[in-house]
Parts: sequence; structure tokens; C-alpha cells
Amino acid sequence: MKACSLHCLKIENISVAIGDNAILRDVSLHAHCGELTAIIGKNGAGKSTLLRAILGEIPHTGTVFFSGHDGSPAGGLKIGYVPQSLSVDSGSPTTVYDMLASMISNYPVFLQRRQKTVSRLRDHLSAFNASHLLYKKLDRLSGGELQRVLLAAATLRKPDLLLLDEPVSGVDYSGLQLFYNILDSLKKSCDMVILIVSHDLDFVRRYADKVVLLNRRVEAAGSPDEVFKSGEFKRLFSITDAAKG
Amino acid sequence: MLFGWWQYEFMRNAFLAVILIMPLFAMLGTLIVSNGMAFFSDALGHSSLTGVGIGVILGLSEYKPAMIIFAIVFALLMNRIRNSRLSSTDTVIGVFSACGVALGLVLLSVSGSFSRYQSLLIGDILSITKSEIILLTITLAAILILWLICFNRFNLISISPEIASSRGIPVGLLDNVFVISVAVVVMLAIHWVGLLLINAMLILPAAAARHVAKSARSYLVLTLIFGLFSGLLGLWFSYHNSFAATGPMIVLISGVLYFVTFFLRDNR
Repeated sequence: MKACSLHCLKIENISVAIGDNAILRDVSLHAHCGELTAIIGKNGAGKSTLLRAILGEIPHTGTVFFSGHDGSPAGGLKIGYVPQSLSVDSGSPTTVYDMLASMISNYPVFLQRRQKTVSRLRDHLSAFNASHLLYKKLDRLSGGELQRVLLAAATLRKPDLLLLDEPVSGVDYSGLQLFYNILDSLKKSCDMVILIVSHDLDFVRRYADKVVLLNRRVEAAGSPDEVFKSGEFKRLFSITDAAKG
Repeated sequence: MLFGWWQYEFMRNAFLAVILIMPLFAMLGTLIVSNGMAFFSDALGHSSLTGVGIGVILGLSEYKPAMIIFAIVFALLMNRIRNSRLSSTDTVIGVFSACGVALGLVLLSVSGSFSRYQSLLIGDILSITKSEIILLTITLAAILILWLICFNRFNLISISPEIASSRGIPVGLLDNVFVISVAVVVMLAIHWVGLLLINAMLILPAAAARHVAKSARSYLVLTLIFGLFSGLLGLWFSYHNSFAATGPMIVLISGVLYFVTFFLRDNR
């Protein structure tokens, strides 16, 4: 399947506050199918909060609207979400299979495995260079492996909207490169809007179609070049930060 | 020597109770441990005193319904505050646990019946009756059906509530269904297991299984095996050594399994 470029995620005037503390103020953005939109910003800028508001997990004002190619509301929006981390603690026996099988079927994972499910998951994971991880425990995955497995999990049911909260640590350069390559091929081949919170400005510059600079509100938005050359970007990120990526 | 106990009805009933309670505890215990809710179920056990106290004050001849209703309310309230993240989880549970015990003791001492219900502290599995075994069987069947229908969703919520929520799973509702299940099972079993040790029986087999399990399936199967092994060996041992109370024996054997598996755990 090729991306249609016509589905659109419209976020209008999202605000989130905890008590008197405004975490997000009037954030608006449009993202299209077949585009990778990166949300960047310093720690505490409200990036993950924005994703959680889109997911409907936290109280917010404003609207999140997903429209079809003719501008009409697209019903039954399927969201794929890649969290920054999992709640699984060290020593958990839960495997990649246990997680993914729990997502695609109600057949309890504590019963005998079904070959059909195993084959489907192995096939799906192979596109993420992760089929060898099927029976590995989640707590034994490296940062890069976990990220690819979570991306595979998020795309299991072909979502319309893919939301990614990139992990801050635990992924080395080659792991990130592999991850962004996979994301790039997903963008080109699948019919979905991709929104990623990223901390790696070098990868954002190379792979994103649009960048949104967030600092509790939208400071700048546009192509990577436009945003990285903007005064707001230079004010928020020192050159040293940018060089570190 | 090995099967002499079978001639006594109370031992046959206790045997049936163990093979019904341990699978129940295994199903709940694995998720309690995975969700980091060991203190939650402990506090729930402590709240049983208040449930009994309310039953006594209301003059009910059968205090179990009062215990179960109070435990459900207690569990839902504790869960709500736990999820609000306004205070750290262990503090919230500590407060609830302490208040549950204190209120129960006050109610029972006001009604002058504390000594009558002291047995609730350590329980007595040998006192279980046939009708109670039927009730346990129904509970086991209900929890088994719930697990067959909902386990994967419970599992996903345990792995990542955010992912579960993004897939349209009603996380809050299922979380409440889970704590209600724990509340009901704990209240049904506390009379035979005792509030001092019920939590140990719930979590020790699961905690031991976690050391050596390699998947969700082996986790549940090993928890079940460890639970049944401890339960039946504890029962057999206490029969042959009348000085050893059954409940504490079961917990001690589970404790030994925990430490043995700790040294066998896969550290790679």
C-alpha cells in the first residue's frame, strides 16, 4: 500500500493544565498521511503531554480531529502508540510473544501457543529486524531492540495514526539509524500519519518532513530547515546542544 | 502413613480446599506480583477486620457478605487514590491498611466480640465445610472464566497501560474488575488462611515462579505448581506434626521455594 497523503490529523488549540500550572497552551498542528512530523523541544516542554492528550489519557481542552481524504471525519480512528518505556520491571517473565499475542488475540497467552499466531508475529517482526526476539523476555531487550519491538507492536493492526514517544536513553547510534530507516519505510509504504517526539535533532533533520518546536506552546513549525534556522530554535537550543543532537 | 489422613473428613475437606484455593491464588497472585500490588492485597486482607466489625455491629448472623461488600468498596477507593498519583502508592496503601485494622479493632472491641474473631488472624483450613468448598468451586470457575476472557487485556495493561488504552481497552474498568476479584477471593479465603498470612500465600508462589519462569505461560504454570506443592506438603506435614499450624507451614514451604528459586534464577 502507498501513502495517500490525504488523511489529516488536525489538532486545534490543545491546552493542558494541572491546577494553575499550564503545561500546554493552545497547541495547534496539522499532520498528513505519509508525512513524518517530529515534535522537538527541551525537557519539560510538554511533548509527551501532547501525545497523551491526543491519546485522550489526560484532561485537556481543544480538539483532536482526524479526517478522511474528503475532509469528513474518519470514524474508528486506530492509533498505534509507542511509549517511552514499559511498566515491566526487571525480572518479569513476560516475553515479546506474550505482549504481541495479547494485542492481536483474546486467546489467553497462558495456554498452549497457536502456530498461526506465532507465524503471523514472526512475519510481522521480520519487517522490524526483530523476528529473532519473539521469545525473548521484555526486560532482556536492549534499548534499540525494545524500540523496534514497540514499533512492531504499534503497527500490528495497521493504525491510521502512529504516535511515538522516543526513549531518551538506551539506544545507540546504529540502533537509532535502524529505527529511523524502518520508520522511513513505514512512512512510504503505509497509509498513516506519523507523529514522533524526538530528542535526536540529527535524525529529525534527516528524516522528518515537518518539525514542530514546542515549549508549552508552538514556538515554530515548518520544514526541518525552516525550524532549525528559526530564532526560536536558536534561543531554545544552544549550538552545543544541537551539535550533541 | 502417607494416606492415613484421608480417613478424616476434615482432612479431605482441607485437601479439596487447598486444590481449589491455590489455583485461585496462582491466577490472582501472578498479576498482583507483576503489577507491583503486593501491599495492596495485604491491606485488603487487613480490611477484613473492619468488614467483620461492621457485620457484628449490624447484628448479622453471617458476616461474610458484609466483609465482601466492605472489601470491594475499600479496594475500589484504594485503587482510585492509587491511580490519582496524588500521593505515593506505598503511603496510600499504608494509610488504608492501618485504618482498616484500627477501625476493625475498634468496632470489634466496642461490640465486645474481639476475642471471638481472633481466629481470623491466623485462620484454620481444617475448619472448612462442604458448603464452603462448593462456594470455592464456584469462585474458581468464575475467576477461570474471567481469566479466559480477559487475561490478555489484563496482561497488556500490566505491560503498558498507555498501549492498552491506545488500543481502546477500558483500562480503568478492567483495573477495577481485577481489584474486585482480589477483594472477593481474599475475603472468601481469609477465614481459612488468616489475615496475617493470606498475602504471603497469594504472592510467594508467584514471586518464586518469577525467578525461573521464561514466559507468561510458564509463570502461571509454575506458580500453580509451587502453590499446590506448598499447600499439599504443608497440609500433610501439619497432619503428622500436630504442633505445626497448617497455614504457617504452607507459607514456610513457599518461602523455602522462593529462596531456592532465587539461587536458580536466570541471571543472563
